[in-house]
Amino acid sequence: MSMLTIEDLRVRVRSRDGMRTIVDGVTLDIGRGEALGLVGESGSGKSITARTVLGLFPRGADVTGRIEVDGEPVLGASRRSLTALRSRKVAMIFQDPRAHINPVHRVGDFLTEALRKHLGMDRAAAARKAVGLLADVGIADGERRLRQYPHELSGGLLQRVMIAAAIAIEPDLILADEPTTALDVTTQSEVMAILGDLRRERGMAMLFITHDLELAAATCDRTAVMYAGQIVECQSSRTLPDRPLHPYTSGLLGSRPSIEAAVRRLPVIPGRPVAAFETGAGCSFAGRCPMVEDRCRIEAPATVRRTEGAVACHRNEELVGALPSEPTVRSADV
Amino acid sequence: MSALTTNPATAATAATGRLRPRTRLRSAAGLLGVPGLLAVGFLVLVAVVAVAAPLLAPADPNFPAPLEAYASPSGAHLMGTDALGRDLLSRLMYGARVAILASVAIIALSTVVGTAVALVSAWVGGVVDAFVSRVLDILFAVPGIIFALAAVSVMGPGPTGVVLGLTLGYTPYVARVVRGATLREVRMDYVDAAWLQGRSGVAICLRHLLPNLRPLIIAQAVSSLGFALIDLSALSFLGLGVQPPAADWGLTMRAGLDSALRGHVGEAVSAGLCLGLLVASVIVLGDRLSKQAEERA
Amino acid sequence: MSEQVVRVENLRKEFPGHRGAATVAAVDGVGFELASGEALAIVGESGSGKTTVARMLMGLERPTSGTIEVCGRERSGRPSTAERRRRAREVQLVFQDPFLSLDRAQRIGSAIETAIRLQFPVGRDELRRRTSELLEQVGLLPRHAELFPRQLSGGQRQRVAIARALAAEPSVLVLDEAVAALDVSIQAQILNLLSDIRESREIAYLFISHDLAVVNQLCERTIVMRRGKVVEAGATRHLLTAPAEDYTRRLIDAVPRPGWVPTRSRDLAGA
Repeated sequence: MSMLTIEDLRVRVRSRDGMRTIVDGVTLDIGRGEALGLVGESGSGKSITARTVLGLFPRGADVTGRIEVDGEPVLGASRRSLTALRSRKVAMIFQDPRAHINPVHRVGDFLTEALRKHLGMDRAAAARKAVGLLADVGIADGERRLRQYPHELSGGLLQRVMIAAAIAIEPDLILADEPTTALDVTTQSEVMAILGDLRRERGMAMLFITHDLELAAATCDRTAVMYAGQIVECQSSRTLPDRPLHPYTSGLLGSRPSIEAAVRRLPVIPGRPVAAFETGAGCSFAGRCPMVEDRCRIEAPATVRRTEGAVACHRNEELVGALPSEPTVRSADV
Repeated sequence: MSALTTNPATAATAATGRLRPRTRLRSAAGLLGVPGLLAVGFLVLVAVVAVAAPLLAPADPNFPAPLEAYASPSGAHLMGTDALGRDLLSRLMYGARVAILASVAIIALSTVVGTAVALVSAWVGGVVDAFVSRVLDILFAVPGIIFALAAVSVMGPGPTGVVLGLTLGYTPYVARVVRGATLREVRMDYVDAAWLQGRSGVAICLRHLLPNLRPLIIAQAVSSLGFALIDLSALSFLGLGVQPPAADWGLTMRAGLDSALRGHVGEAVSAGLCLGLLVASVIVLGDRLSKQAEERA
Repeated sequence: MSEQVVRVENLRKEFPGHRGAATVAAVDGVGFELASGEALAIVGESGSGKTTVARMLMGLERPTSGTIEVCGRERSGRPSTAERRRRAREVQLVFQDPFLSLDRAQRIGSAIETAIRLQFPVGRDELRRRTSELLEQVGLLPRHAELFPRQLSGGQRQRVAIARALAAEPSVLVLDEAVAALDVSIQAQILNLLSDIRESREIAYLFISHDLAVVNQLCERTIVMRRGKVVEAGATRHLLTAPAEDYTRRLIDAVPRPGWVPTRSRDLAGA
């Protein structure tokens, strides 16, 4: 049974030039306890996809499709059932914890609020539980931290507080929207380790939004790659880095420099990432694709389920195993 | 399409491109909204009437006809006449000239002086900025109308004293707003970039800071225009500004007060309405402009 | 060995402490040399002081003590406009966020022309020619000169910022996290552009970054900074394959890659 099902999700938001498509037919599925990485560049629609699961889309947005959390529909659900969803089943972690934690309240108030409101605990019990939660995210001196204000904590610590608040309601699903993007690499490593441990201990599923393909592939069970509002590829994280199915994934893997080898020139994807509303007929990646054919410009490819994974590319058959996954010219060649 | 795959730079401009003038006009209209458009329409109307008053006015605004005092609206006098039998419509039209000319002069002067003071103060910083800020605080505590009263007591009643006094009163408002915005603006990287290229302080202020502050300065000026109109009319009403027999809305209201006691409310109501609508238009427009300036920043 | 274009010795910068606390040394005893045409990276996490070093080198921040020598001349005191103009030919800065570092009210062409005119007394035709040349060198088209920054994508804006910095024909380009805010596919384009520029002219890079992979791609030498101090310095390749310091190893281990397992190295970070 799946924890989260999204089917043919389309999101259009209001702009000065009329309605703009941001998410253009996203279908994905996360099993119980499974982690799915959703990777994309700016404008891909990855973030709004995650937010839509909790009904957090901009005012006046036009949302169609089907979203189910644990078998219960989310789209079109009443405000009350959405609140129940947020307080019981699904928790969200944001990129910038400072924007989501009230700066004039103590860390303790922030943490115990959810416990008292949603789980009906009294003050003392909530405080005890909060100290336990902080210990779970690697903060040992919890009692002192509860009395501190957000500005007294570093970004990494505050993100852990955010995670502690997220797991407080013992959710079945965590939506993590670039939770480590603003953090240093060593802190990112710790936060990801904490998230991984908690997930395994409690069997939580996770939708992990990131722009970092390597990070997603290293920390999630499966990785989906988004481009211009669509998922162009989804497969197991174990196989994705070595055997990308879509030319865009291959291009992303190749254009990222590595700490193991330097190349004279990085293989690049020409042009810039586009949003769904900027694409015309045909494949949205056609304008930047090195493998482009005539039909790619005319007809949008359907998503094909292969044994290797799902991919939306006309040439998927011939490209399996043929796409490069890393910079090919080694420094030794220079 | 093939250009997209060969040159990385072309993809984006294909999508953005340049704004065509018509698109720009339409988006300007969209940004103003219906109230904004109505306000602009009324302002244009008043401006045209003021400029073309000699051509448009049906009669000489100062031609007295005692026998026709307090005439009701008719074909000869569309809005009737005042106590001296002067054509009310013509007087209101000529009155628009005085109102616009004096208020624009006040705002133009105070904006130029206030902006200059603010830019220098914020750019130089340190002791200069601290001193300017204190002086502004002191001036700020005094209402503009007090300066006008002081100027009139020295220079005698008349438009010159009123305009100078109100200019002095409005300058601190401009300076305070612009100084705050400049302090935010100088923290931007592009100012550091210009400094690192070796641009002079004057060039940075005039070529970089000023163009970026312009939307805010214009919005501020338009909003203040409304207050200047009210202050000017108030001073005329008190008999300190424009002197009779000149056609002026404040004076018309003053005279209208006497007329109203005799049962003729036309003057007071029409002049008040003119002033009220003009002030409302200006404030609506200023409000729209400052919202846009905020969005841009 | 070619001549040194930047020489920094015992650089220190103190900031007043929070709420009357003792002063904090953001940069503490940093020294390095940058040879003509070389690419040197300063790597560190937030709070390491790497950006403060760059800002002091540019003259945007005044050092508490220590010496900075650029192109054989010591930099000190508050420079006059003429002196700043001279210094502009020695070293230029590319900022992290090209949306903030470009004047939003100035057309692209005007921004580059101004940067040229401040340094070289050229006529109108020559000015136009050089501007087009710079735009072309950073992968833009002549018609981009007519546009405003908001009409360009993030990557294109960063290209403009690089073109503007090159306009003064400086000996050194300081790049402060100049590719950090860009999308992965755009980042690769800009990194290639930076490689191309270095091949086509004599220019040294001081590359401030938190990203070891990016540094490995672009710089021969690397300095690792932590809490204001230099932890380790050496050839980038050597530093990445055989780090001498524990901190450097931790930085390397934290870079995600296939087969990477995130680790909880310390369970109690300081506030």
